[in-house]
Amino acid sequence: MLSEHELSLKSIEYRKTILRIIKQAKAGHTGGSLSCVDILNVLYNQVLRVSPETFHHPERDRYIQSKGHSVEALYTVLADRGFFPCQALDTLCRHQSHLIGHPTRKVNGIELNSGALGHGLSIGVGMALAGKMDHLPYRVYVLLGDGELAEGSCWEASMTAAHYGLDNLVAIVDRNRLQITGNTETVNPLEPLAAKFSAFGYAVRSVDGNDIHELVNAFGQVPFEQGKPNLIIARTIKGKGVSFMENNVTWHHHVPTDSEYAAALCELDAARARLQEAAWS
Amino acid sequence: MELGRPNLDEFASTLFALAQHDRNILVVTSDSRGSGKLTPFGLQLPDQLVEVGIAEQNLVGVAAGLASTGKRVFAVSPACFLTARGLEQIKNDLAYSDIPAKIIGISAGVSYGALGSTHHSLHDFAVLRAIHNITIIAPADNFETRSTIQAILDYPHPVYVRFGKAPQYHLHPPDTRFEIGKAITITGGHDVCFVACGETVSMAYAASQVLAAEGLTCRVISMHTVKPLDVETLVLAAQETKALITVEEHSVHGGLGEACASALLERGFCLPFKITGIPDEYTVTGSQAEIFNDYGISPEGLAATARQLLQRQPT
Ligand SMILES: [Mg+2]
Repeated sequence: MLSEHELSLKSIEYRKTILRIIKQAKAGHTGGSLSCVDILNVLYNQVLRVSPETFHHPERDRYIQSKGHSVEALYTVLADRGFFPCQALDTLCRHQSHLIGHPTRKVNGIELNSGALGHGLSIGVGMALAGKMDHLPYRVYVLLGDGELAEGSCWEASMTAAHYGLDNLVAIVDRNRLQITGNTETVNPLEPLAAKFSAFGYAVRSVDGNDIHELVNAFGQVPFEQGKPNLIIARTIKGKGVSFMENNVTWHHHVPTDSEYAAALCELDAARARLQEAAWS
Repeated sequence: MELGRPNLDEFASTLFALAQHDRNILVVTSDSRGSGKLTPFGLQLPDQLVEVGIAEQNLVGVAAGLASTGKRVFAVSPACFLTARGLEQIKNDLAYSDIPAKIIGISAGVSYGALGSTHHSLHDFAVLRAIHNITIIAPADNFETRSTIQAILDYPHPVYVRFGKAPQYHLHPPDTRFEIGKAITITGGHDVCFVACGETVSMAYAASQVLAAEGLTCRVISMHTVKPLDVETLVLAAQETKALITVEEHSVHGGLGEACASALLERGFCLPFKITGIPDEYTVTGSQAEIFNDYGISPEGLAATARQLLQRQPT
């Protein structure tokens, strides 16, 4: 198992890959992929009991990316975990490539096609319920966007998750406080979000969703309460890791120019150097 | 011809009988177990019934999640809500993701009659026909309903089945073969052909009896599978009869009639042709039978349409 230091280094490499493939494809959801990549890193390298060899095993853990548009982060992590060759990343959004702008089952490692918002949680509820029925030990992880939570179906699914006491379901909200129009609280306010989820019957934890240590810790505590679905509000920064992309809504699906890409890599390499230095000292 | 029971009842008892021997068969309901005649199912097999409340999007999504693990899932909800409220989930979570959950639209068409257009589903064939990878079946009688459920149980792709709640005449002899995508010819004939589906098939059959008394022979085809359409049987009918009338409990737009029209025209067939269904207007109020009657989906109405196409005076 990777150390938290190694995971942190991986996050930097993942960010560089995300920017590279988005730039190459001239398309992608830059901000959201950078905000959720630490969550995916911890899930796929630490938490999920799934691998390319066990992907069809009935007892594998399931991951559903309901905020399907941040697919570049998912492809990057899946390729790194060996679900498909890393070279395939270069075909992102190309004619006849399976690596399109939202997750599909044609890509090895992806459970179900997603990308229309408000779908993933119901699917996760069904998977988790089947696990309970058959007394299987797997867990189901669903990543939601915060803007996505305006979809009423998220709340329909939440009611059912609580009704069936699905403590094998872990919903994670990528709480970067931005959606394509702007701040979530001015578009259609979500707060008080933790209180809403608690009222819907979840056991709720709130963590820094770009902090490997906090994420590892939170996932390690699942189930938070017997008989309650788990919900993690992962407080993240959209565009995390590149100063001029952070908290900047224009980077929702902006593609970096040559100079922006160079500047971003510079920052990420500097962050990597700092991390390694800190580890030596 | 003997009157059977509602297809809804036949569906519920068929599914119950199958589920008793297979704990992987699950029913998912949206506060619809009563309307779906599934209350006994829920009482006797409580672990095999999943209730999501009045939430059709969630109904389809949960059904997809369950079915993705290998469960044999039947999501049951009034057709009007299931195929409108739950449409995006049907499109993405079932059809696009190729998850083999079965969705059952109950009280379809104008079964809810006087409850009005909120409760009618006259759009479901049209919207689902335009979505790749979902089979659409509208069984005509108890035999077709029972056979449909048995046939789709292990079908590896999503299927939509819709039926109503009025008792239906037994249309088929006991040795009839049922196959998804293969229409059943109920009576042979060479003057006019009725291609019908669901609860309008018995009307077409009754119309054929009216016309037989006038010396006209009718071919009556139950096109239970609306998609994929049995083009072979349709083409044969176009070759061997003088006029073709489609009948459906659906809008005249986008349903069985237009499917037949395009299939025939694209293959170069041109014959007197009429799409019978619910016209594009505010649907008249009344019971299913009254609505059918108003729009000529009746033995007399269909016989009149046939005479018109054949340019014959009523005798
Ligand atoms: Mg957001």
